[in-house]
Amino acid sequence: MKRSTMFILAGLLAMGIASTKDAAAQDTIKVGVLHSLSGTMAISETTLKDTVLMMIDAQNKKGGVLGKKLEAVVVDPASNWPLFAEKAAQLLEKDKVAVVFGCWTSVSRKSVLPVFEKDNGLLFYPVQYEGEESSRNVIYTGAAPNQQAIPAVDYLMKEVGVKRWVLEGTDYVYPRTTNKILEAYLLAKGVKPADISINYTPFGNSDWQTRVAAIKKFGSTGRKTAVVSTINGDANVPFYKELGNQKISAEDIPVVAFSVGEEELSGLDAKPLVGQLAAWNYFESINTPANKAFIDQWHAFIKNPKRTTNDPMEATYIGFNLWVKAVTAIKTTDPTKVIAALPGIETPNLTGGTAKVLPNHHITKPVYIGEVKADGQFNVVWKSAGEVPGDAWSDFLPGSKDIEADWVTLKCGNYNKVTKVCSGQNFK
Amino acid sequence: MRHLSSGGLWLFMLLLALGGLLPVEAQSPKDAAFLSTLNELRDASYSDKASIAERLSESGHPSVRAVLTALLEDRLYVRNGDQKIFIVRTTDADPLTLVDPVSLKSVGSVAADSMTLVGTNNGLRHTLRMTVAHFSLGSSDTDARLDAVHEMSLSLDDETVALLHKRLEVETNSRVRKAIDTALALAALDGPDGSGRLTAIATLSKSESQDVRNRLALLLDKSPDGSFVEGDPGVRTAAASAVASIDRWRNFYSGIQTLFFGLSLGSVLVLIAIGLAITFGVMGVINMAHGELMMLGAYTTYVVQTAMPGHIGISILVAIPAAFIVSGLMGVLMERTIIRHLYGRPLETLLATFGVSLLLQQMVRSIFTALNRSVVTPDWMSGELKLNDALSVTYNRLYIVIFTLIVFSVIMAVFKRTRLGLDIRAVSQNRAMAKAMGIRTEWVDAMTFGLGAGIAGVAGVALSQLTNVGPDLGQSYIIDSFMVVVFGGVGNLWGSLIGGISMGVINKLLEPWVGAVLAKIFVLVALILFIQVRPRGLFPPRGRASEDK
Repeated sequence: MKRSTMFILAGLLAMGIASTKDAAAQDTIKVGVLHSLSGTMAISETTLKDTVLMMIDAQNKKGGVLGKKLEAVVVDPASNWPLFAEKAAQLLEKDKVAVVFGCWTSVSRKSVLPVFEKDNGLLFYPVQYEGEESSRNVIYTGAAPNQQAIPAVDYLMKEVGVKRWVLEGTDYVYPRTTNKILEAYLLAKGVKPADISINYTPFGNSDWQTRVAAIKKFGSTGRKTAVVSTINGDANVPFYKELGNQKISAEDIPVVAFSVGEEELSGLDAKPLVGQLAAWNYFESINTPANKAFIDQWHAFIKNPKRTTNDPMEATYIGFNLWVKAVTAIKTTDPTKVIAALPGIETPNLTGGTAKVLPNHHITKPVYIGEVKADGQFNVVWKSAGEVPGDAWSDFLPGSKDIEADWVTLKCGNYNKVTKVCSGQNFK
Repeated sequence: MRHLSSGGLWLFMLLLALGGLLPVEAQSPKDAAFLSTLNELRDASYSDKASIAERLSESGHPSVRAVLTALLEDRLYVRNGDQKIFIVRTTDADPLTLVDPVSLKSVGSVAADSMTLVGTNNGLRHTLRMTVAHFSLGSSDTDARLDAVHEMSLSLDDETVALLHKRLEVETNSRVRKAIDTALALAALDGPDGSGRLTAIATLSKSESQDVRNRLALLLDKSPDGSFVEGDPGVRTAAASAVASIDRWRNFYSGIQTLFFGLSLGSVLVLIAIGLAITFGVMGVINMAHGELMMLGAYTTYVVQTAMPGHIGISILVAIPAAFIVSGLMGVLMERTIIRHLYGRPLETLLATFGVSLLLQQMVRSIFTALNRSVVTPDWMSGELKLNDALSVTYNRLYIVIFTLIVFSVIMAVFKRTRLGLDIRAVSQNRAMAKAMGIRTEWVDAMTFGLGAGIAGVAGVALSQLTNVGPDLGQSYIIDSFMVVVFGGVGNLWGSLIGGISMGVINKLLEPWVGAVLAKIFVLVALILFIQVRPRGLFPPRGRASEDK
């Protein structure tokens, strides 16, 4: 083959690729997926990427949205926080996606926030977090502290009769903020400072002997003690193992965790954890037709009948349906109009209730407390009466109880009710 | 009956037939009553289950204990087909072996997915444990009796006290006797007899239990008006000195416990560092893939465990040589293909081995996925050895301390007593001379690296019992292992042993004072300062690494 023929062929090929790409761009609506597929967060975030792909696949089978097919643009920010911002800019500026589903850790969300605000994007954030934020460009479909941490503490206080509290966390922003809120809440409820013990350990802490011995000592005064755990990720396994080995059972000192779910339990031997508590807005074991259909759909999509579902997956499911509903209602994918249309939109969640977008860009969610069973699933022991509306700014922190977020009437995510000033997106 | 459809009629007849069958199976009226109470468990709420359990235990049926223990241990199941309740011998095996709850005879086996567990929650388990404790008092197992006495001492009513008195007459074990004495003294504390109470306090002051201390401290409390709750000043004085004495002993034991925590953390550090002490210390190779060789060992444990289900207890022992071979072979492969080309170029070695570490991580991700694998802890490694009420050591840590000492002695023996050890020492001291004496230095290099890598694999087996088995396992330990080797002195195994253990102890002594985060930082800062004073670590090195400097 002559060099010139090759040249022409290559040119034709390039043109072909370019033209099909153009054709695709006209016929589809692009949906950005911004979840880490490598690095430390890959364990958790890959599942959410697959969830979004599954939802897109199912929506396309129903005919897509506004007569167009949805096209997923998947990028890998590799658990690297600055890379999250770069990849977000790429999605919004280069790929011109209509909406982005993504982020897990708070630091990754904080890192993409300026990008979304500058480029006027729309992000659905599906993970429970510490609150104290409300951005015009983000819909928070995970739990705010008043939808997870505070109901869990209420449950322990009222139903279990807990008098002494250990707030045990990993040393970073989510546990520190959550514990600050919980401490203020407990003090407001009349718990004495001497009955609250707050401790932080480094990421991935694997030697829990001293801490567990200290918890045992703290709990040996004869008054009911509980541990509220914001321990993150991998440090949980050695923590629960040590509890088991030092013979502290859930009957003596229950541990309620905010980041241990079905997926985390599938990677460890759940027997020493039996009876320990977790607070979430969704459990795989909740028996509703919608949940059963979702689990079946997930197993069929991922081609593995043993894969579990979890709370952030449900939040992703809700976020996706909310977006589809808003877009279908106003017949455009323009983020400015979609953002304006979203408050008030409702969609059924997987546990028989309704998720409604509130003016503060959080949603209504039911709260469930579950006990770990030996098979790694949860046995629901308590549920909130109806859905709890998400509160962006905690009512229990001195700095933020006067702050209100309202994107419908006030058009502000950080409005001080006392000074009547809107201080922009972030508090302080 | 006219309105019954034919389907309904069939159902009716079936029910009649079942009803006819039941009395045949339950031989006596007592059995029948027991079985019907038991059957209520099938769809009762948790609070109902507690009252059903109470009624069962009051029935006095001979198999109550077995049934309640089974319920407590999640071994009570309902057969989906006919809704009959069975005890299951062990939940580890599939098919499940069924035991009839009335006769306690084995009645065959059935696939696990055709059975539904009778669930329990925390509150119910707590009630059950109290109830079962009464039965365990007659158990032949000393620990079961101790637990029973402990549970019973938490709720002392007249019936419990009578049971304990009866047991004390026949009890021979001194520890159980002491526990019963303590429980009875606690009961006597509430009695009307003044001298009896003083004797009770005297008995209680010999206890190390926190519960006893709390109970005695209550006697010293003041009521809101400023007067003492306890009217008798003699009792108050006795109680105060008893509380002080218990506190003294508890502080002493908690000091010993902290030392043990340090020792166990230290032995983990030694275990992860010792392979590195061989490759880095003796050979001078900075092996950044050391952590990943440990990870391979941990995954080998997982694979061995998966390959021999039902033998979890032995699988760990099998995994030790298996992990040594897998990681050792990987080490030899690394040495032969990469490292031998880079001797004397530490920076390139560092980069190359870092690349190998990424390769190994990704390999594991591709084979096992990024999710953590669950390695089961065998029964003999879970739980704790209770020395007394104030001091107990967990078995897994205890075994790891012992295991570290064994591994260390074996390595020392290899170095001092075997031909390979002699060769390694010769090559590390003077390569040219060793070569001149006819030692195949290349072969020795490969074997040394393989030995170091194999030990890393063995450390991985131990780590699989302590932490997550995932692709990132190695990364979280690599820094610690380098720290130990540098602190102990490059090229000296004794240095690694003493360095690792002292780092562990210092860390654990600091932790209760300043918290885990700061303790780690302090140790790191102290290490940096130490290296400034003694750049070559605790025990200055001899060997090839030192010749280069």
